[in-house]
Amino acid sequence: MQLTRRETLALGLGAAAMTFLPFRVNAAATDDLIAEFTGGADLAEGGVDLTAPEIAENGNTVPIDVSAPGATAIMVLATGNPTPPVATFNFGPLASEQRASTRIRLAGTQDVVAVAKLADGSFAKASKTVKVTIGGCGG
Amino acid sequence: MISRRDFLQVSMAAASLTGASGFGSWARLAAQQRLTQDQLLEFETFGNVSLIHITDIHAQLKPIWFREPSVNIGVGPNKGKVPHVTGADFRRLYGIEDGSPSHYALSSGDFSALAQAYGKVGGLDRVATVVKAIRAARPDALLLDGGDTWHGSYTCYQTQAQDMFNVMAALKPDAMTFHWEFTLGSDRVAELVEALPFAALGQNIFDAEWDERAELFPPYKFFESGGVRIAVIGQAFPYMPIANPGWMFPEYSFGIRDQHMQEMVDEVRGQGAELVVCLSHNGFDVDKKMASVVTGIDVILSGHTHDALPEPVLVGDTIIIASGSNGKFVSRVDLDVRDGQMMGFRHKLIPIFSDVIEPDAEMAALIDEERAPYKAELEEVIGTTDSLLYRRGNFNGSWDDLICDALLSERDAEIALSPGVRWGPSLTPGAEITREDIWNVTSMTYPEAYRTEMTGEFLKVVLEDVADNIFNPDPYYQQGGDMVRTGGLGYRIDISRPQGGRISEMTLLKTGEKIDPARSYQVAGWASVNEGTEGPPIWDVVEAHIRKLGTVSTTTRETVDVVGL
Repeated sequence: MQLTRRETLALGLGAAAMTFLPFRVNAAATDDLIAEFTGGADLAEGGVDLTAPEIAENGNTVPIDVSAPGATAIMVLATGNPTPPVATFNFGPLASEQRASTRIRLAGTQDVVAVAKLADGSFAKASKTVKVTIGGCGG
Repeated sequence: MISRRDFLQVSMAAASLTGASGFGSWARLAAQQRLTQDQLLEFETFGNVSLIHITDIHAQLKPIWFREPSVNIGVGPNKGKVPHVTGADFRRLYGIEDGSPSHYALSSGDFSALAQAYGKVGGLDRVATVVKAIRAARPDALLLDGGDTWHGSYTCYQTQAQDMFNVMAALKPDAMTFHWEFTLGSDRVAELVEALPFAALGQNIFDAEWDERAELFPPYKFFESGGVRIAVIGQAFPYMPIANPGWMFPEYSFGIRDQHMQEMVDEVRGQGAELVVCLSHNGFDVDKKMASVVTGIDVILSGHTHDALPEPVLVGDTIIIASGSNGKFVSRVDLDVRDGQMMGFRHKLIPIFSDVIEPDAEMAALIDEERAPYKAELEEVIGTTDSLLYRRGNFNGSWDDLICDALLSERDAEIALSPGVRWGPSLTPGAEITREDIWNVTSMTYPEAYRTEMTGEFLKVVLEDVADNIFNPDPYYQQGGDMVRTGGLGYRIDISRPQGGRISEMTLLKTGEKIDPARSYQVAGWASVNEGTEGPPIWDVVEAHIRKLGTVSTTTRETVDVVGL
């Protein structure tokens, strides 16, 4: 939270922007992207697991993991990024496991969403808030 | 607070789980002013397993004063729940008589007066006496250290924690977990851990590059005690690279990782664990949430947030024990484990009254030996204080006000920022301030007192960010410290609001003017988590300031207006 002059100047711009930009401005875009992926079908909760840290250790490289047994595809969205789509993982019939891990860059605190297309053609959704903080002081 | 009714409910829920707390009896004796070592240690050995918990010692080898917080606000589901109950409310909740030793040990209020009557607390030589007494009653009792052991004093800094390593090796814990230890840097941590004569546990300590478990820190260890197969799972502080400088230990990644915790619990149960103990540095509210998410943990020995609770808190079938900080308390938990199940417990939070508990001679000699090379530096008197100096509480304590004053005057700044850490003993009115006392509230491996410019807008971002680390209603998003301390800057905080909307009415106290978002202010602070921070170490800044003052006088400052409670 406390910085040298140079770092403050550099961070000041980024962090100030971070707070005052309305992050959930992309909510509509996210909904559209999900609708495009699902063809407007209903989303069930459960059936897809999304693992991500509660607080990112480094917002530039946040480890996430998605899995959905039997899924044919999983789409991952960073709802607060200027460009929300992160990746869509497609699983062929020979995939032994419908699971993927990657690292993503987050512009600030936001919800990460995973939508899976399950074997029976239905869709499931999971989301998790990942906080990106400028750091603080521990006990 | 466990009432009789709660016990009945718990018994029903857990078939035959029963519990008892040793708290009531010593509280009564204490009220009669007849406190003796035997009474403090009195404990009818119960069941077949004993756990001894000590945590957050912060390298305090010698007795100290330690004032508990008067402001410790709970939010969300923890509003009004322990440990977020302080002072007279805390005493009423637990039936503690005003003016009793329990009042002095466990709660704030009349601290300076009671400190004169009851004296200092802690001292690892006294702790050794307590541990030996418990081991005499139960030779195979497990001693578990919750971490924040290798940090927090002059000698710990000078020896890179060798003093604490040596003293703890003599106390012979069975396992420990970690937080501030990592600020020694990963090389020194590895050196100490490899030499450690007991287990270094952390199921959530991962390799940062590969996101795999770090080999140096096993997730758990099995122990055999009283014929019971016990698994102790370690949980290090989850937010190390965020709350502390990650560049000092870039090889490691942490996080709560409760799914992995569940996998570890299932794994040890599969290997025949009859009792699962989590040695945690999560902080109390995070442990409560984790206990509600992860099933199969019998006991969480909770550290990090420095809370001292005279009775366990029950979440489902899990009991959570909070054992204070700075060597002020030791918890003893006796358990009855039968047929692979915890059937009952008896618990006592033992306050280490330094004038009541006899120091262990062997340990006292070892501690003096560790301190001998630094005796002259430690004991040099820098000034005196005619006011109580303390830190604990969600907002500025008087020690923090003094540190902020030192930054403002020695670094010629308009605004000072000081970290909201929870360690740091107190000093009573009339006490001399030695160099050791200054280091006890400032010692760390990133002490540089920087001076920089920040805009009003950026200062708000900083305050909002730190406030959300404390007052986010979801404990998993809290880091367990207190609010950043400010000097020269007043503000209002509405803790009920979300991030970005909590802080208002920021005022430059020198002029009474509102903070201008566009203007740059001269800001001095310390404990930056950023690499390459420059400035003199904070202890030199504070020492120079106190030398000039001679006698320190602090007054209560109403610079933070807290609303939305």
